Amino acid sequence: MKALVMIAGVLIAAVAAVPQQAAAQSTLDTVRSKGYVQCGVNTGLAGFSQPDSKGVWRGIDVDLCRAVAAAVFADANKVRYTPLTAQQRFTALQSGEIDVLARNTTWTITRDTGLGLNFVGVNYYDGQGFMVPKKLNVKSAKQLNGATICVQPGTTTELNLADYFRANKMTFKPVVIEKLEEVLNAYFAGRCDVYTTDVSGLVAVRASRAPNPADHLILPEVISKEPLGPVVRHGDDRWFDIVKWSLFAMLEAEELGLDSKSIEQHLKSANPSIQRFVGATGDIGKGLGIDNRWAYNLIKQVGNYGESFERNLTPLGFERGLNRLWTQGGLMYAPPIR
Amino acid sequence: MKASVGNPRLRALVYQAAALAVALIVAGYLVSNTLANLAERSIATGFGFLGREAGFSIGETTFMSYSAADTYLKALAVGVANTFRVALIGIVAATVLGTLIGLARLSRNWLLAKLAGGYVEFIRNVPLLVQLFFWYVLITENLPLPRAALEPLPGVYLTNRGIFFPVPAAHPAHVWMFAALIAGIVAAFLFTRWAARRRALAGSRPPVLEIVLALVLVPPALVYLAGGTPTEIDFPRLSGFNFAGGTAFTPEFAALAGGLVVYTAAFIAEIVRAGILAIPYGQFEAAYALGLRRRLAMRLVVLPQALRVIVPPLTSQYLNLTKNSSLAVAIGYPDLVSIANTTMNQTGQAVEGIAIIMAVYLAISLSISAFMNWYNARMALKER
Ligand SMILES: N[C@@H](CCC(=O)N[C@@H](CS)C(=O)NCC(=O)O)C(=O)O
Repeated sequence: MKALVMIAGVLIAAVAAVPQQAAAQSTLDTVRSKGYVQCGVNTGLAGFSQPDSKGVWRGIDVDLCRAVAAAVFADANKVRYTPLTAQQRFTALQSGEIDVLARNTTWTITRDTGLGLNFVGVNYYDGQGFMVPKKLNVKSAKQLNGATICVQPGTTTELNLADYFRANKMTFKPVVIEKLEEVLNAYFAGRCDVYTTDVSGLVAVRASRAPNPADHLILPEVISKEPLGPVVRHGDDRWFDIVKWSLFAMLEAEELGLDSKSIEQHLKSANPSIQRFVGATGDIGKGLGIDNRWAYNLIKQVGNYGESFERNLTPLGFERGLNRLWTQGGLMYAPPIR
Repeated sequence: MKASVGNPRLRALVYQAAALAVALIVAGYLVSNTLANLAERSIATGFGFLGREAGFSIGETTFMSYSAADTYLKALAVGVANTFRVALIGIVAATVLGTLIGLARLSRNWLLAKLAGGYVEFIRNVPLLVQLFFWYVLITENLPLPRAALEPLPGVYLTNRGIFFPVPAAHPAHVWMFAALIAGIVAAFLFTRWAARRRALAGSRPPVLEIVLALVLVPPALVYLAGGTPTEIDFPRLSGFNFAGGTAFTPEFAALAGGLVVYTAAFIAEIVRAGILAIPYGQFEAAYALGLRRRLAMRLVVLPQALRVIVPPLTSQYLNLTKNSSLAVAIGYPDLVSIANTTMNQTGQAVEGIAIIMAVYLAISLSISAFMNWYNARMALKER
């Protein structure tokens, strides 16, 4: 239903935006006048975005939203969350219902060029995997010929799945259900032999939703590249820059050894790159159209990428793996903040 | 015709033309504006995507095969066919169940009437979506895995992967049997018309039921014998993860069809009951006075009149059932809306996708209406 309302939103936005040529109001201005960032997140994936027992949203995607709010408002709490299924997420962004989409979304060329959206970067490098109940005695994805597989629609997952089975000359029966809750119920009830999604999703689901996590096995094959990252609307470069550099600031801070606790002491650091980072010298903030101490506020309130990872993902059993900094053999690399 | 402002027919014509022109201009403006805005936001437009490879698989198909290498157009066609299948089976079953419950509610048997009343009140007042989840969970959580399948009848298996049953193994004679069946039905139809005309003219009535049954059943049976009496049966059997062979209702289809039938039947029951109660009791009495017994009075006098009351609201229930089948998304049955949603999501072409959904539902609804209007016109009171 919600999807329909939002699709109606896109239609109305597309139809009614009169006159055609007038430049749309910039996202930064709307966000400022609203007083908060409207952030599209997952409906509830542990470690990425999920409300905790007190109803406070937590996760690395949530931290990205909070980072943007800290950069714009010097207050990481000025965020409102819109939980979205995979199907709803792009229409929500296109229609202007949300300002940023931070919802474990894979960066692909079709999405980047066909949907009127832009990916700002990657906050988690991932790949697609399979999970099976141990009692099936399956040890490899190559043994899945003829299996029934639960998958969510509107994902890269369902496309990779079809590709993989075609490439390996195997068949399968998909059970395609939109809501995470329902698709997991179907898998745990045994409606499907296999559940497939990004490995991060499998790890999180197994740790947080399985009646008994030890009963489920994640198969060794990783069948795709899933670079997950935040997305904004196409055509608003200023907002694109703000979200992009909010992500980079978290990475750069980790590289510089700045974290939420130590950054206070570094305000008077003698290191010129740290001085620039915290806004003591230079005018980087001006280029973004926001406060010069944006990065300081961001790290002080949200923390660097490593802190966010340890707070949200490490407790669920995630390894840093590809998501280590480039200096430590990973792929996380921010262009210089200067 | 004198052309003057005072001429009412000319004036009416001018008004009509003006209204049409305004409507066209507004529509044209909306379309061009939409296209311009979509282009400005660099969102892809046009129906070109229909010819591209869909790339996703679909769990079940009706009357056609589909693979991920087929086009979006084919995928959407699968969705339409799946919607048709559930709507058609749903409409037939809901009509039968609803009529039975409606009659039960009028029954002189106190318990039966109260049970039917309870059914109607309970089912009508629980949201359909909740009922669908209920049926789906009932099937997936309570039925066993394929390896521990229940076998209520030999060759029929109940599992949480679906209900599997045996079918005659494919044989070339089947096509001809089907053709013979169709021919028989056509012949039976022509025969009943002839019989009715003959009764009106001559007053005597040939044994219609027997002859109709013979016309429908004998030709396929003859073809079956002539085709070498194929007896092979395709039994479902466990292979690998699941059953193979035979045929099956998936849990998604069973839950959706079952949910729609149970829900819609409650409304149909009320329509049937209201239709019968709308006929004054005097009609029964008049029929009895002519010497008809209760069953004949019901069939020949009351029901034909009741149908006139029943058919129009019944049409809306058929339309409702068809449209409600779009709740399929929630439980994973690949109907038109579910496949169109996925298509929109993978291509980003929401405007086109919604247009396709609307066009298909409009076409289905208009066909149902047209058929029911035709039927209604046949049933209508003919003043002679
Ligand atoms: N990365 C993939 C898949 C993302 C995805 O939707 N994953 C699922 C499975 S973990 C999910 O997050 N579902 C949560 C929800 O529907 O809210 C994509 O961008 O298409």
